[in-house]
Amino acid sequence: MLPTAKTISPPAEDKRWRIIDGMMRRHGHEPYALIEVLHTIQETFGFLTDDSLKYVAASLRVPASKVYGVATFYHFFTMKPPGEHTCVVCTGTACYIKGAPMLLNAVREVAGIKQGETTNDGQLSLLTARCLGSCGLAPAVVFDGQVAGKITTESIKLRVRAYLQAERKALVAEEQI
Amino acid sequence: MNQNDLAGIASHTKQTDSNYDHIIKVCVAAGCLSANAEQVKTQLESEVKQRGLENCCKVKGVGCMGLCAAGPLVAADTNEKMFQAVTAADAAAIIDNVVDNKPVPHHIVMDSKLDFFTGQTKVVLENSGEIDPERIEDYIANDGYEALFHVITKLKPLGVIEQITKSGLRGRGGAGFPTGLKWTTVFKASGPRKYVICNADEGDPGAFMDRSVIESDPHRVLEGMAIAAYAVGATRGFVYCRAEYPLAVKRMRVAIRQAENNGLLGMNIGDTHFDFRVEVRLGAGAFVCGEETALIASIEGGRGTPRPRPPFPAQEGLWGAPTLINNVETFANIPPIIRRGGDWFASIGTEKSKGTKVFALAGRVNNTGLIEVPMGMTLREIIFKLGGGIPEGRRFKAVQSGGPSGGCVPEAHLDIPVDYDSLAGVGSIMGSGGLIVMDETSCMVDVARFFMDFCMSESCGKCVPCRVGTTQMHNILERITEGKAGGHDLELLQRLTGMVKAASLCGLGQTAPNPTLTTLRYFMDEYRAHIDEGCCPAGICHPAKIEVEEEVSA
Repeated sequence: MLPTAKTISPPAEDKRWRIIDGMMRRHGHEPYALIEVLHTIQETFGFLTDDSLKYVAASLRVPASKVYGVATFYHFFTMKPPGEHTCVVCTGTACYIKGAPMLLNAVREVAGIKQGETTNDGQLSLLTARCLGSCGLAPAVVFDGQVAGKITTESIKLRVRAYLQAERKALVAEEQI
Repeated sequence: MNQNDLAGIASHTKQTDSNYDHIIKVCVAAGCLSANAEQVKTQLESEVKQRGLENCCKVKGVGCMGLCAAGPLVAADTNEKMFQAVTAADAAAIIDNVVDNKPVPHHIVMDSKLDFFTGQTKVVLENSGEIDPERIEDYIANDGYEALFHVITKLKPLGVIEQITKSGLRGRGGAGFPTGLKWTTVFKASGPRKYVICNADEGDPGAFMDRSVIESDPHRVLEGMAIAAYAVGATRGFVYCRAEYPLAVKRMRVAIRQAENNGLLGMNIGDTHFDFRVEVRLGAGAFVCGEETALIASIEGGRGTPRPRPPFPAQEGLWGAPTLINNVETFANIPPIIRRGGDWFASIGTEKSKGTKVFALAGRVNNTGLIEVPMGMTLREIIFKLGGGIPEGRRFKAVQSGGPSGGCVPEAHLDIPVDYDSLAGVGSIMGSGGLIVMDETSCMVDVARFFMDFCMSESCGKCVPCRVGTTQMHNILERITEGKAGGHDLELLQRLTGMVKAASLCGLGQTAPNPTLTTLRYFMDEYRAHIDEGCCPAGICHPAKIEVEEEVSA
């Protein structure tokens, strides 16, 4: 007999897995729901882990290799935990023409991270997007999920410094306590 | 719901709106939202409430008004009064102006008679900036779902296809395949089930037409899909939308729910035997999924890799069933064609390209945003008249159309009429409608490298010519921009472009050399300058040089 979803338990005791289970149930545990389920996991946990991929593979009865293949094929899925704050620089054509590379350099100058990296303290992740479709406002950057347009090297440095300093302040405050 | 109910909703909505003396529209599409349009709307609403004007003034969120560069945009009194770059602090002044005609600060007044607005012909965008995208009643009040009812109660499937064929509509996703012919093929294909897919995976960087259409007028796309489903005999549909467009996804889901609740999607639509269900499927950031067979693989839950055609999706598509795949803008053109007839549509545009085209104007141009113009308008008119020319008095260098699959058109060809065939004639493609304007600060070799970098990382890796060819071309282009290239590199690059174009499996590889080919064709002097003289005329490729120049000017 094929394993049913009920005999497989989630990788961890975490109530959030109910959301993922619900999503799989809604699609009748059909293999075609794979991408939708991965979206739900990333939305819920922020990133995909090996354990979560194995769980999905077993629940949807899809080979683990295929699940891993899909998770790594699509740029939208990430298997690295994101930092506390995220800064996504759009590198679409319009933003590129209007100076997106300069913005990436600016963040590197202030935070010391390249695209795809997270600061050592886990405060800030610098990511790039192919195109946000906000070309009319180029260059565009997404700060913590909020799209901001017409960004300059100065304005992005200001934001990044604020993120990093907020952390330092919090640390100092903790030490004083 | 039947036709009478539809007319009832339409007249009730119109009646309610006509009770207001003023309707103040705030753009709540993604562009203006990121410039705090939501706060502007809230402030306007509370201002109206505070003054007790609820019975004569209505504030409503609408879709994209087009001129993203000047957002957030607010319009009142059938767009006679328009305001730009509005902040929440301007709300009181705007209400004063609209209600009592008091003057407003000069910097927020927008001239509604700008060429940008008056030079357009709106078919697809006729409701954008006019209706509330999250209210089905608003769409119905603007002739919404009338075409669907006409089709399912009065026309046979072949009658619908006849109108579409007569209109001369060609696919708006980029390749320009005749829509009527595609529908006919799916209609003729036999199978127990058929599917309709709306391709909203607008992966082309620099293009945002589809996002804007869905965010501004999602019901139009659904109505177009339903008409298509009726014509080809499909009962299920999917909207494959980019996950990078959360607002478009949300509005499309809201629209589907509203249409279902009103009996405009689902079982027995309009009390007939026609059933059609639609679901949203999220893309996950793969450019190649814009290709039909890759898109189907992705909806089936796998990696988005294309497969050889034939069989075409029209014969064997999603889960092996005949599948119709059209772009968002193509579906958005369907309801007006049915309402006004194929002949009307065919009267707009050029001989071989009918109707209008929505373009996303971006880059080094004053009026960045969304425009819809009849096919055949010249690039010069689009960029210099509607687009308002190049900022800061700089000189125009090239306009890039069609994204990574298109080419760079130089000034010498600016007077060609924009249609599928003329653009192909100068080595570019119409594409989905992104137009990126570049001035003298852009290095064309660097632009070619940028697009090749894109194609290289977006190549799905299935076929060797694309996977290896794009990487090799990228390496050569990088060598040129770094000043490390030799004379034979250009020859090698040219040979590679031909090979990748001819031997790749799908459209991605077949068109990936286009930006390189057009820049080689029109901007050879820039390549030569990099290779022979070791300098970049635009000052982009050698960062060290830029720093020196900046220090001097400082």
